[in-house]
Amino acid sequence: MEIIVCIKQVPDTTEVKIDPVKGTLIREGVPSIVNPFDKNALEAALQIREQKGGKVTVLTMGPPQAVDALRECLAMGADEAVLLSDRAFAGADSWATSYTLAKAIEKVGKPELIFCGKQAIDGDTAQVGPGIAEHLGLPQATYVQKIREVQSEQLLVERAIEGGYEVITVPLPAMIAVEKSINEPRFPTMMGTMKAHKKTIPTWSAADIGAEADKIGLDGSCTQVKRVFAPERKGQGEMLTGETENEVCLLLLEKLQGAKIV
Amino acid sequence: MSVKIIAEDCVACGVCIDACPFPGAIEVNDVAVLTDKCNGCGACADSCPTEAIVVEKKEDKNAVNAADYQGVWVFIEQRDGLIANVALELLSEGRKLADKLGTHLAGVLLGDGVTELSKHCFAYGADKVYLVEGAVFKYYRTDSYTEAICNLIRQYKPEILLFGATNNGRDFAARIAVRVDTGLTADCTELAIDQESKLLLQTRPAFGGNVMATILCPNRRPQMATVRPKVMKKLEPDYSRSGQLIRYDSPVREEDVSTKILEVVEHATKTLNLAEAEIIVSGGRGIGAPENYYLIEQLAEVLGGAAGASRAAVDAGWVPHYRQVGQTGKTVAPKLYIACGISGAIQHLAGMQTSDVIVAINKDPEAPIFKVATYGIVGDLQKVLPLLTKKFKELKEA
Repeated sequence: MEIIVCIKQVPDTTEVKIDPVKGTLIREGVPSIVNPFDKNALEAALQIREQKGGKVTVLTMGPPQAVDALRECLAMGADEAVLLSDRAFAGADSWATSYTLAKAIEKVGKPELIFCGKQAIDGDTAQVGPGIAEHLGLPQATYVQKIREVQSEQLLVERAIEGGYEVITVPLPAMIAVEKSINEPRFPTMMGTMKAHKKTIPTWSAADIGAEADKIGLDGSCTQVKRVFAPERKGQGEMLTGETENEVCLLLLEKLQGAKIV
Repeated sequence: MSVKIIAEDCVACGVCIDACPFPGAIEVNDVAVLTDKCNGCGACADSCPTEAIVVEKKEDKNAVNAADYQGVWVFIEQRDGLIANVALELLSEGRKLADKLGTHLAGVLLGDGVTELSKHCFAYGADKVYLVEGAVFKYYRTDSYTEAICNLIRQYKPEILLFGATNNGRDFAARIAVRVDTGLTADCTELAIDQESKLLLQTRPAFGGNVMATILCPNRRPQMATVRPKVMKKLEPDYSRSGQLIRYDSPVREEDVSTKILEVVEHATKTLNLAEAEIIVSGGRGIGAPENYYLIEQLAEVLGGAAGASRAAVDAGWVPHYRQVGQTGKTVAPKLYIACGISGAIQHLAGMQTSDVIVAINKDPEAPIFKVATYGIVGDLQKVLPLLTKKFKELKEA
């Protein structure tokens, strides 16, 4: 089975610290990681390959250093990797990003499955996966928490919804966006890491994938960022203290009643 | 690249670095320089005190005539004949936007035998309801819902289209945006109309809530956004209101729909689901052991709220993943959030810091959670939680 996994290199937001004086982000030295949900997507793809055979190709759009993220995926067990990097891609919103990835997927071949993480932890939009599916005219299943069965022409999956999940069938080829709970991503092996370092990773430009200039990057984006600002921080709260736990609990009750919360 | 820094005007003050949402995209030595991490968003330009940053954007060849598009639409998500709260919140918010623009507000309702639900749409402020009914729309499915809404958009041309940022809302909004060639902003927490341009100002958190960004969709229509549940305030419904019901006969047939739903499974929980809850009590690593989670559940139950958890408690295997609040779990904004034994890692704060009132209970007085808390209690959960549960129970019964 031919499988493509779309990944993104993101800043490790769990490592982002807030400047205690200025209240702004300290961005220096924040390491880049493979978006955590994308690792779940790759793991799902690798498990299907182990079951059914085939090939797993990872694809990312980003600056040249995003190649590190692809190497990590190769070390985890992906067969091939392709980097989409071109100054013309910069500034893409989710419309332009999904168009670019869709064009690259067409160049890779005719995959039976495209895996994405449910969202990236820097943008949190969850829009690129469905966008890719729409550009390619493929069916989709998002928020997939379990793949119950890989049949020859369809997938039987559990799709999370608020308060529960649906059991659905999706005909192949399809785009599947996965939840974190779907699996536990494997760690790269020593062997895998060595192989990954030797592997040639091609870089494709806008011209390589035949992308139309007015559909990529900033010019292809329907949305524009007008303003970016630091969120208002809540003022320092109040510490409730008392002689006994009972006193403290009563104090809290009083406060919450005063604020008409309870 | 269309963002340029005019070196001779730059005074290397570094203000642009604070305005930039992308780490490492601007480096300032003698003058500011854009690195290849620059995303070309132009957010820095407004911040520059010497106007040394210019943004050049090519003309949008696919721009539409905005005057052809009228009305604010809200997708009315329903399941088994129950409207999702977020849809009513959006009608309430949409009413304000429509009034500012001097246009109408419409609900877009899809389902099987759901005509009755239109009265709720009118009560929450809708002037019109577009109703699409049929067995093929009984359950939400990407293909049928996307196609029906795209047909409605092409025929009736709305100016603004809003969705709840639920799993279903986020599933098909992105497909609709691509199909009708327009922009979509995810997970907005604030909407407003720009006085001058009449454009929708769509404000959303990014980087796990560490920065806020205001997004515009200037040249395409409709202007589309998904909005987080619980962020917009629901108005008091007025059931004396009525409006125009517009039935739309969709050409979508069952054979056009690729996915089949075999079963819908609801989680069996004693407490509510997180997205809908007004009150959430969450437990973290500080609960100490999985068997102590019942302390969290008991308090949630007596408060009529939902029980949540931090990533640490989920990763330890103490609590199922669907209860996780935070960046890799659910983003919530209830009226009251009680964090118990949660230290307050950024990834958790990202998921709950917009809650109205935050109570933190932790034995470590230095825990970062106290920085975002409205009320903090330093204490032992095993003692404090049962006491609180008892007190709230007495209050309820009084």
